[in-house]
Amino acid sequence: MSIIAYIESNNGVAKKSAFEVISYAKNISNKLAVELIVVAVNINDTNEIFDYGPDKIITVNKEDIKIFNAKIYADIIYQIAKKNSANYVILGGGVDSKFLAPILSIKLNAGYLSNVVELPSNFEPFTVKRTSFSNKSFCDASIYSENKIISLSSNSYEKMKIPSNPQIIEFDVEIPNSTIKQDSIETAKGNISIADADIVVSAGRGMKGPENWHLIENLANTLNAATACSKPVSDLGWRPHSEHVGQTGKPVATNLYIAIGISGAIQHLAGVSSSKVKVVINNDPDAPFFKAADYGVIGDAFEVVPKLNEKLKAFKAENN
Amino acid sequence: MKILVCISCVPDTTSKINFKNEDSEFDDYGVQYVINPNDEFGLTRAIWFKEKDNATIDVISVGEQSNETILRKALAIGADRAIRINAKAVDSFNVAKNISNFIKENSYDLIIAGRESIDYNGSMVPGMISEILNINFITNCVSIEINNNIATTKREMEGGIETLSCELPLIIGGQKGLVEESDLRIPNMRGIMQARQKPLDIIDAADSEKKTKTHKFYKPEEKKEIKMVSADNLDKLIDLLHNEAKVI
Ligand SMILES: Cc1cc2nc3c(=O)[nH]c(=O)nc-3n(C[C@H](O)[C@H](O)[C@H](O)COP(=O)(O)OP(=O)(O)OC[C@H]3O[C@@H](n4cnc5c(N)ncnc54)[C@H](O)[C@@H]3O)c2cc1C
Ligand SMILES: Nc1ncnc2c1ncn2[C@@H]1O[C@H](COP(=O)(O)O)[C@@H](O)[C@H]1O
Repeated sequence: MSIIAYIESNNGVAKKSAFEVISYAKNISNKLAVELIVVAVNINDTNEIFDYGPDKIITVNKEDIKIFNAKIYADIIYQIAKKNSANYVILGGGVDSKFLAPILSIKLNAGYLSNVVELPSNFEPFTVKRTSFSNKSFCDASIYSENKIISLSSNSYEKMKIPSNPQIIEFDVEIPNSTIKQDSIETAKGNISIADADIVVSAGRGMKGPENWHLIENLANTLNAATACSKPVSDLGWRPHSEHVGQTGKPVATNLYIAIGISGAIQHLAGVSSSKVKVVINNDPDAPFFKAADYGVIGDAFEVVPKLNEKLKAFKAENN
Repeated sequence: MKILVCISCVPDTTSKINFKNEDSEFDDYGVQYVINPNDEFGLTRAIWFKEKDNATIDVISVGEQSNETILRKALAIGADRAIRINAKAVDSFNVAKNISNFIKENSYDLIIAGRESIDYNGSMVPGMISEILNINFITNCVSIEINNNIATTKREMEGGIETLSCELPLIIGGQKGLVEESDLRIPNMRGIMQARQKPLDIIDAADSEKKTKTHKFYKPEEKKEIKMVSADNLDKLIDLLHNEAKVI
């Protein structure tokens, strides 16, 4: 028996969530006293992974799978799981992991739970806590099949260093056929994605128009944060759809969420409530967001945001 | 072209979420059900295919009788036929299995589902169907065009958008972008009258195998009291974020 941690990477480098996934899987592998195998597809430098305690790292490096393809990647993990009699696969909450996980679950005949936020509370039956109703609630759910797959929400489990000296194995996969072809790709250059960010600076209709977004971008730059927006802002075309967060947009589970000129409608709050610390800047003391935040500033965003940015710049300069 | 739209029936986004029977079940007292928003974008996109390319649209939902209101709404907006598979939708695998059985017998060129349902947030059903039926699958879809049996789609990734193409049949997980908010249709009187004549077939669930079960719900912890900081004292905010919250 063994447990697989599948990790995502970006240009050959493991993503931040990778270490959360490995640490989570490590905890389960210790409890069950089984081998922990990290599956690293197209990751150039695996040294960083040693720190988190895997017994084995299985690497797959092939030129023809440089581009992510859910079906092919699911098949690769399937082959590795079969070869190593893995009956647990732990993945992160990234878009690619959640794309391939349901495909893998059918291949492995495994029960699958997504958006998991805690370690299992029970192994008989295997039970974990996950979010539901777009973060308006949590639930306990169990998997009854022998094989199990879970996808762990980003920022919900603390990575933990337990250095090991793993065996590294290059896996010779058979690459299945896929008729899906990538024609082109547009990457938003230089921007940090909402899913990867520790800090998200988000703004709403209170910013009045797209021409004022430099205030938001400047603050985000200072904090090394991703930018996001409320739904009407993307509906109005002030910002791209990819920045729309909330119940019908992207979920946000960062360490710090700064909401500027956002009223705090229930659908917005639903999607961002998993963020650890929330700061609200709004000129209306009755804005509902103040009831759902940790820190609040009542004031005009056009004055507060630039001032805060200057002060943060000074703070950063001093503390780095 | 034959299109199937998979519709999950979810509480309206303004619903207060409460539980009953010792927190083991969602309490839908006073809750209004709607077409899952991601599916509504997909349904509208399907209607465009109908208007432009003469596609036929079936809509399917796995659920109890209460789902029929939602299916009638889909018919009133423009779908041609509705199917309800009679089973309580409690396990995504089971839902996927039952929809797949139906697709096997009815063969579609394009199956449109949503990226996720906003109630249980699984992001599971369409991916599972694709593997059960061995057909192509693309999720987080923000655009789809079809020419000579080839679909060209845009997928939202982390930090970008990729354009993918493949042959039909295809199943997608759709979201906003397939059409815009302002393109969504509200049923008109004529549509509602026509919907009464359109078929709504109820079929038995052939498969009862389940792999997961949800058994207890929790509400998020009550928020602790907010700390207010004066707009003239932003140093205090930085101090709190650094020393108390430890997030900067
Ligand atoms: C089915 C459905 C799904 C939805 N899903 C989502 C979703 O996923 N995400 C989402 O965000 N919304 C969603 N909504 C919309 C939601 O209900 C709200 O309409 C929306 O969140 C409001 O956006 P806002 O806060 O930017 O704008 P507003 O409600 O207009 O609020 C603007 C705020 O800015 C403040 N303000 C104005 N001027 C200033 C200033 N100078 N300085 C500081 N503050 C200022 C105002 O006091 C106000 O609080 C959904 C709605 C529906 C019906
Ligand atoms: N009970 C259901 N009946 C029909 N389609 C469903 C059902 N549940 C989920 N789906 C489809 O699968 C998509 C993703 O749902 P989920 O996997 O539950 O997040 C939804 O947007 C629907 O298109």
